[in-house]
Amino acid sequence: MKKVYVLSQNIFSPLGTTAKENFDALCKNESGVQVYHDQQKSAVPFCAALFNAPVFQSRNEAFTLFEEILTASIEDAVALAGIDTRAADTVLVLSSTKGNISMLEQQPVTDALKQEIGLTASAQKIARHFGFQHPPVIVSHACISGTLAIITAKRLLDAGKFKTVVVAGADVITRFILSGFQSFQAVSDELCRPFDAGRKGINLGEGAATLVLSTDAAVNMEPVLISGGGVSNDANHISGPSRTGEELFMAIDRALKEAGVPAAAIDFISAHGTATLYNDDMESRAMNLAGLQEVPVNSLKGYYGHTLGAAGLLEAVISIESLRNNTIIPTRGFEVPGTVMPLNVCRELIKKPLHACLKTTSGFGGCNAAIIIEKKFNSFKV
Amino acid sequence: MGGTDYHITATVLLRNSIILKDDAVVFRSEEKGAAFLKEAYGQLGVEYPRFYKMDALSKMGLVAADVLLKNNFTTAYRPEQVGLVFSNRNASIEADAHYWEASQEYPSPALFVYTLPNIVIGELCIRYQFKGENAFFVSERFDAEWIHWYVSDLMKRNLLKACICGWVDVLDDRLDACLFLVEQEASGRSSTFTPGNLDQIYKKDYGK
Repeated sequence: MKKVYVLSQNIFSPLGTTAKENFDALCKNESGVQVYHDQQKSAVPFCAALFNAPVFQSRNEAFTLFEEILTASIEDAVALAGIDTRAADTVLVLSSTKGNISMLEQQPVTDALKQEIGLTASAQKIARHFGFQHPPVIVSHACISGTLAIITAKRLLDAGKFKTVVVAGADVITRFILSGFQSFQAVSDELCRPFDAGRKGINLGEGAATLVLSTDAAVNMEPVLISGGGVSNDANHISGPSRTGEELFMAIDRALKEAGVPAAAIDFISAHGTATLYNDDMESRAMNLAGLQEVPVNSLKGYYGHTLGAAGLLEAVISIESLRNNTIIPTRGFEVPGTVMPLNVCRELIKKPLHACLKTTSGFGGCNAAIIIEKKFNSFKV
Repeated sequence: MGGTDYHITATVLLRNSIILKDDAVVFRSEEKGAAFLKEAYGQLGVEYPRFYKMDALSKMGLVAADVLLKNNFTTAYRPEQVGLVFSNRNASIEADAHYWEASQEYPSPALFVYTLPNIVIGELCIRYQFKGENAFFVSERFDAEWIHWYVSDLMKRNLLKACICGWVDVLDDRLDACLFLVEQEASGRSSTFTPGNLDQIYKKDYGK
């Protein structure tokens, strides 16, 4: 199997429009999460990380906000990678949970509108914009979408089907999504507190993120690889996580085995950490089953909120920046340990040589996904 | 790519008016959409009361999988050896529209949870205790090449021994499901797992 290298990455979020801007903001403990009083989105005040208008100097009228943040993210990553999106051996993989669902809120529901909301409509526009020759692959698999998109891209590459894959994901927070999570009583009215004893639920967030992956290593850069991936299902509950964490552990175990690294080689974990009672407990069980309870773990939800179909990608990008900068980002909002099984929750910036990271996500429908990201050479710079 | 290593050991086709298992008609009705599914659920003896809580996409997946797996499926596999790879054009748009309309009065978590296309996979995992690889892809039309590649790749990596894969799409009251049971081992009347065979089954002319 061929190796899969990271050529470039982008995050387009309320905290910045490049991966570097975003990583720098996190190192300075800046958060995009704030309290909103926006009657259009919610009758009650809510806490989230949203783009504060106007996002763009001039809007492309043909594109929705969802499509525009996705395009801006892809544009930056493609430019950084210096790849030709028109090449025959290049493909686009997109991930989103709800895409253009906001259209449903604004117009009478007709057959034509339903078709227009379809993710294939957005994917075609974006593919045409960049001149991709192949039809994009679209992943829509709840909150593991971004991670599953990376795994799909890795498989396409290591099997030799393509040389370059652009993986991008985005979601925009609308009344539809907000009201749904509120109906579950799953939304915190204050900054979320992942893994904390007093955690009260999630903050939602919007953003886009992109990875350009290739079977050729980037020049003049320490090689960072996506070296393993695994997916599993709890087979337990549609909207609640596993009681045992065994299935997330199964996905982690498969990712480790594919990467060919032992659990002891993992330097830090970028967990899902949504700050709901049950998710964080489930993750603590899975990490203990994997023997990873001593490894520093963070959740980035206190900076970005839960960015849904972008989350797996966005958090993978920060993890890659962490590996390159030998810096683990703390878990904003965490103070008092409060998971059913012990975890080593990262609470301040840790600077040390880093080689390997585990990134996990879990979602509605009982799905779990895990990837291993590795840096091949050590160059510890403080 | 060879693609001759794996086998389609059962198929089901569910469209308005008809359900076919392999080549045989197992159910016919003049009903459409939800009414069709309810009648099929009763007459085919599916017996899984969670059916009544589900949206149309999950109901359709449940009835189709029941027909697909009944009398065909060995339980010799471990939970993590069986996976599901589904695709469609319209994601969960009917559940989306339903939730949105109802939410003007009262946003219901029972409706909201179905506003993700992969929930049908989750429902089937719960019913059959499948815990293996799962994925939901969205494409303009049934993409036999893609499903064949992705599922073959999972088998080649030895992540799965068996996979339920195919197409599950609902738009208005138009139902369109075509599922395949793909296994590493051949059985009595299986056909070879190739894109051509997938397409042929999906496009089968079953006579109106």
